[in-house]
Formats: sequence, structure tokens, C-alpha cells
Amino acid sequence: MSHLLIRSLDRSAMVFLVIIAAVGIVVPLLNLLVPPTSFFHVPTYLVALFGKYVCYALLALSIDLIWGYCGILSLGHGAFFALGGYAMGMYLMRQIGGRGVYGNPLLPDFMVFLNYQSLPWYWHGFDMFWFAALMVLLVPGLLAFGFGWLAFRSRVTGVYLSIITQAMTYALLLAFFRNDFGFGGNNGLTDFKDILGFNVQAQGTRAALFVLSCIALVIGFLICRAIVTSKLGKVLLAIRDAESRTRFLGYRVESYKLFVFTLSACMAGVAGALYVPQVGIINPSEFAPANSIEAVIWVAVGGRGTLTGAVLGAVLVNYAKTVFTSGVLAPYWLFMLGALFVLVTLLMPRGIIGTLQQWWEPWRAQRAEARSAPATPAAQAPAE
Amino acid sequence: MAQFANDSFSDTEAAISAVAASGNARALPIVQALQDGRLVADPATKKVYIKENDGKVSDAVTGQAVAPSFANLGNVRLNNRLRRSVEAAIGGLTLLSADPARRLQAAQSVFRSRDAAALATIEGALEKETDASVRRAFTQARAAILLAAPDAPEASRIEAIAAIRDRGDQDALALLTGVAADPSPRVAQTAQAAISSVQSRLAMWSAAQNAWYGISLGSVLLLAAIGLAITFGVMGVINMAHGEMVMLGAYTTFVVQEVIRSSYPGLFDYSLLIALPLAFLVAGLIGVAIERGIIRFLYGRPLETLLATWGISLILQQAVRTAFGPTNREVGNPSWMSGAFELGQITITYNRLWIVVFTLAVFALLLLMLRYTSLGLEMRAVTQNRRMAASMGIATSRVDALTFGLGSGIAGIAGVALSQIDNVSPNLGQSYIIDSFMVVVFGGVGNLWGTLVGAFTLGIANKFLEPVAGAVLGKIAILVLIILFIQKRPRGLFALKGRAVEA
Repeated sequence: MSHLLIRSLDRSAMVFLVIIAAVGIVVPLLNLLVPPTSFFHVPTYLVALFGKYVCYALLALSIDLIWGYCGILSLGHGAFFALGGYAMGMYLMRQIGGRGVYGNPLLPDFMVFLNYQSLPWYWHGFDMFWFAALMVLLVPGLLAFGFGWLAFRSRVTGVYLSIITQAMTYALLLAFFRNDFGFGGNNGLTDFKDILGFNVQAQGTRAALFVLSCIALVIGFLICRAIVTSKLGKVLLAIRDAESRTRFLGYRVESYKLFVFTLSACMAGVAGALYVPQVGIINPSEFAPANSIEAVIWVAVGGRGTLTGAVLGAVLVNYAKTVFTSGVLAPYWLFMLGALFVLVTLLMPRGIIGTLQQWWEPWRAQRAEARSAPATPAAQAPAE
Repeated sequence: MAQFANDSFSDTEAAISAVAASGNARALPIVQALQDGRLVADPATKKVYIKENDGKVSDAVTGQAVAPSFANLGNVRLNNRLRRSVEAAIGGLTLLSADPARRLQAAQSVFRSRDAAALATIEGALEKETDASVRRAFTQARAAILLAAPDAPEASRIEAIAAIRDRGDQDALALLTGVAADPSPRVAQTAQAAISSVQSRLAMWSAAQNAWYGISLGSVLLLAAIGLAITFGVMGVINMAHGEMVMLGAYTTFVVQEVIRSSYPGLFDYSLLIALPLAFLVAGLIGVAIERGIIRFLYGRPLETLLATWGISLILQQAVRTAFGPTNREVGNPSWMSGAFELGQITITYNRLWIVVFTLAVFALLLLMLRYTSLGLEMRAVTQNRRMAASMGIATSRVDALTFGLGSGIAGIAGVALSQIDNVSPNLGQSYIIDSFMVVVFGGVGNLWGTLVGAFTLGIANKFLEPVAGAVLGKIAILVLIILFIQKRPRGLFALKGRAVEA
């Protein structure tokens, strides 16, 4: 495994890892150690905000893995994100214990409010962190496995697949909005108190969650990197570019697709689980199809088929969203987001990183030639 | 009459029966005024007056206009028991009215009140009655009275049960359930049989009701999805902004109605007819512009078209929100689309009926267009095999632009129809778009019949699941079923047949 990792890291990946590590160390330090009066102090709300971006980046990474490298456009990846978030939210709800408004030691507030007599069976076990953490991976993973097993085996591809993933997240949205579904209806889960015994609101916990999110992002990046540079990754690219041909060459296309789809769903679930304690709420609107499509555009902006691009795109678009939705420009945000969709697909199909790579390519080729090294492989052709 | 002025419920009741039994021509206006709360009394002089809606006051007994001192007047108050006897009194008084509609109403009110006092009147009226429907109502009213009176002879009670059974609605069921525990075994047995017969009839009617709701929902879905199906079929592109075209059509209707309201109020009944071509043009032109400006450059990349059209939908939504505000806009129903009529025991509103008719008309028109016009021929050719069609000299890019315009235009006229039954807001399109996708995915893009079958299947299945599982669970079940269905038929019900590896 280690040689696989090392081989997979080229210079840009190293740069990326160094940046993430630097952010992951510097931001919490500036928050915790520098006095609030100092110019360099990072306020706690910013730490939570950055943490949110990092979680979105992990989600973008998971989408890039299947869309950028395997050609599966999922318009329902927000569902896996939200399911991971709900699993974490259920753990956090159980940690409230008797400190809720109604003071019921067993039932969360909304259940008391809705006249539940006992804990529904699917809530059992979520008082233990290891169980919740397992569910964060297992629930999105199993859903993706079942869904993918059905869809890929019957060769549902392209637009059809996108539409039914959208239908999936829409169905989940409707389900989670119901009060009798046992997940808090449209209010969702909120009012969290503790995570592993630490106060969720506390400065230190926030910083720790931020560091954890960065670590998760790095691990996710390394996993994706290892996959896309391996032989498996080459097959994925082949599936993206010519699915039938790959099948005729004897590869079991559906198994490859199922593997990356499930892995990607697990990554999205982890992103959701880290997201929930940092924003302090999870509600059914996370399942909204619009959210999933928005996540796809992060990847497109940064550059699909480039892992660093997905992360960059997620951070950039969400930063822009934060800036523009809070000021006088708020009514124009949707115009800009819409224009972003149109312009990126129209003018910059490779995204930011992809376009930069395209520019670098001749320059690097020149340098390589000067050193009489073998010719660099051609730039990745855009899929579809 | 003076008893009305005593402000005591039992005295009022006595007064009502006295007035009802008097046979006086003034009896009906008095009792009606009492029902409407227009009967006023002066406790001091014990005089009773009728207050008209226009504020005039007349003496209740003589009917002459008077001008009493208003200070002392108090309304004659009613409680629920009295309201029933008032209704019964009105029923008895109007049973002999010359107008068949009034008689029918009266018979129905007696049916509800089951006032034994009206029995003699009903029987008298029944003998003279010539109108068939009024006669039936009288028979039922009489039967209801007989069933409510335990001392009536057994034979006539059994006969009454038969009459009630023929009525066959919820009221009949309630009446019969009351008799089911009758001490007389024969009556009880007949009642039991009648109950099960009524119940099966009710079940049938509720199925018919669901079927009608399903057809109505299905036609809405068809209208929203058919344009999508055409563009998807011809261009292989899912237009995520399709819902916004529907919304634009609805807003066109709103603007047309605003102009008519302010400038030509007489044309209001024709507003929809004016809006239809305009909505088609507005949405169609925007559609062509989108195709020429954006989608044309994304050929061969259907997934990116999906994203680009999603961006367009965001822009259009926000543009409409900026121009017209985020709240619902009022779009009125023309007179020929408001109201409802009863068919058996289901209520059919005219706007729903018109939408079904309109949808089928649009569908038939499209079918004819595809079959008999040259554009239709070219569209079918491109749907089947784009490259081959291009080789045969069909200008595929022109066909694409026109198809996209046509699909968007149809979405526009769908918006005109939907403005009649739904809220006209910037989110109008969003609420239909996923359902339309489902229709297209389910029906396939091979031909328009697939869309028709898909839309009505989904509509009817939805409405039949709703009473069993609830609205939301029913919808979830439908979505799950479609996700499973597409595993079996990845290209929908009516897929294009071909030997290509990749469609």
C-alpha cells in the first residue's frame, strides 16, 4: 500500500497536501493561541465556516471520483451526505440525554413532543459512538451498493442514471419530512450538546473538529489518488470514455462502477457526519435535489477529473456563496450561480485546474524534451 | 307569534311548529327569516319583525313595512335543536311549492331531519308528484321518516329500507346502520343486506372518484411531460429548465389577465384563449434562444447539458422572482371554467374537466403533427437515428432548434392550464419537474403513446395509493417503484427498438 501511495503522489498532489496540512494546523492555532485582540486571530465562527468548506470539499471529492473518473453523474449525492449527517445527528441527539427541554432521559425532545412512548428500533445503538461511526459508513454505503447493484447491472447509464439518482434523493427528502418517520420531521435534529464528552459549542471542540475534517479530507484525497493512479483507475477512465468497448475487452464494468460508487457514497457519508456537529443541525432540506446538483457544479468549476480541482471548486464556490448571499448582492446570487453553471459547461468544460493543466502542458512538454525525457501523455480528453 | 319574543328556546320551538302548521302564506318567509337570523322581536310589545338584507324592516305577520324603534329589538336566537326544527318546518312548507327544484330541496331537508310530523305532507305530495327525480326524493324522505319511527308497520319499514338502499350514499349508510339492530329480525336482516349493498356501491363510487382524480393528475403530468419527452427523444437532452417554461406560461397568463382586467374587462372570459398562443410563443422563443445560444454547443455531452439547463432554470426562476415578486400571483378562472357538477356521487370541477379535454387535444394535435407534417417526419427520423437522418439530407440542427422550441412552447401552454389549478409562483415549475422526469423515464421516448401511458399510469397509481398510504408515502412508493421498474426496462415502457450498443 505504501509504495502505491508514494507512487501516486506527483508534485501537484504534494503541494495540495502541504496546503491542507498547513491550513489544518495554522487555523486552529490562530484560533486557540492568538489573543482575540490580535490581527492574526481567527474567530471561532470562521473556524466552523472553514470546517464546513472542508466537509463540502470531501463531498466534492467523492463526486469527482465517480463523475470525473468514471463518468457516473449522480444528482443524488447529497442524499449520502445527509444520511451520514443523520447518523451522526442521531448519536448527538442521544448524547443530550436528560438535558433536553422535556428532560426525558431516553427520548429526544421531538419524540416526546410527538408522543412517542419508546425509542424506535432503528435508534438503538446510536448512544455509542463507535456504532454511529460505523453507521456513517454503512448506511450510505449499503444504500449506494443496493442502488448501484440494481442500476449498473441493468446498464442504466447516462441521463437515465442521473434522473433516477435525483428521484432517490427526492424520495428520501419526502420521507424525512414526515414526522412519523422518526427523524424529527422538517425540524430535523438539532440542539446538540456533547460529542464524545466535549461540548460541541466549545472553541476547542470546534478546532478539533476542523482538524479532523482536514484529516478526513487528506485521507479521502489519498484514497482517491491511489485509486485513480492504479490500474483500477485506468479501467475507470476507460469506462468513462468508452463503456461498451471496455465491456467487450472483458472487464466487468458493473463491478468497477459499483465499487467506486459505493466508496464514493461512504466518503460523502463521512463528509456529512463531520458537517453536522460543526453547523449544529441536520434537517431534510439537505436531501433537496438542488443541493446535490449544486455540489456537482463545484466539481465542474474546479475541474472534473482532477482531484485537487474538486476541492478547489468546492471551497471557491462556497466562499462566493457566503460572500454574496450575506450582502446587498443576495438577490443576485442565484443569477450568478446559474450563470456559473452555464459558463463553466460552455466555456470551461475542464474547470479551473483542468484548464491550467492544459496551458502548462506545452510548457512542460518543452522542458521534458529539453531533458530528452519520454513524451508526456496527452492531456485528458474531455469525457462524453 | 308572541312566543318568538319570549327569548326562550322551548317557546321558540312551540312557535315554529305553530307557524308551520298554520298553513298561512306568511309562514314560509317567517321561518326562513328565522333561519337566516333576520327575525327580530321586541320583548316589550311582543311584536315580531323581519329584517331584510337591505335594512328594511317589515311586520312579520302582515308583511307591511314598518319603522320600529331599533333599540329594543333582539334577534330570535336559535340553538342546534331549533335549527333542525326550523329546517324541518321549511321542508314541510316548501314540499308543496310549485317549483320542482324547491320541492326537491325540501324533500332532502326532510330526509335529513326525519321529522315525523312531515309524514302526512310527504305522502300527500307524493301522490300528486309527477317529476321523477322529485318523486324519488319524496320516496326516500318518506322512507327515512318510517325508518326513524320504530312504531311503523314492519312491511312498510322493509319497503323503506329498499328505497334507502337505492339511494346508496353515506347518509343512506348511516340511516341503515341505525336500523341494523332493529328488534324485528326481518327488518334487521333486510337492513344488513342493504348495508352491504350500499357499502359495495360506495366502494365502487370511491374507486371511480379515485380514477377521476388519477386521470386529472395524469393529464396534468402528461401536459407537463410531453414537451420534455419530445426534446429528450429527438435530442437526447434532458431540459432541466422545462419546469421554468411551464412557469413562464403561467406568468404569461397572469400578465394577459392583468392587461384585460385593467383595459378590456369584457374580454375576461377569453383570457385563456388569448394567453394560449402568447404563452406558446413566449416559451417557444425562449426555448429556441436557449437552444441556439447554449445547448447547440454542448452536443454529445448530455450530462453537461443537464447542468447548463439547470443553470438556466435558476436564472429564469430568479428573473421571474425579481420581476413579479416571490409571492403567489392571482390568476382567475373564467366563468366557463369555474363551478362543478355531480356525476353520480363524484364531483367533477369544470377546470379539471377542461384540462383533461385540453390535454387530450394537445396530445392529438402533436400526434397528427408528428405523423403528417414534414417537421414531424424529420423529428421522427432524427429520434430514430441522428446520423442516418443527417446523411439523408435532414438539417438536424434546424430540427433540434425547432424541436426545442416546440417542446418549450408546449410547456408554455401547459403553464396556462396549470395556472388554473395551481399557485402561480416562481417555484411552480419545480413542483412538476421531477414528476415529469419520472413520466418520461417510465414511458420511454420511443413514441408519444409511451408518455401518455406513463402519465396516466403514474397519475392513477398515485391517486389509488393516496387513500391507502397517505399522500407523501404514496408518492415515495411511486418513486421507489419507478427506480425498480427502470432496472427491468432501462429505456422505459416504449423504448426505441434498435441494434445499437449505445442508444
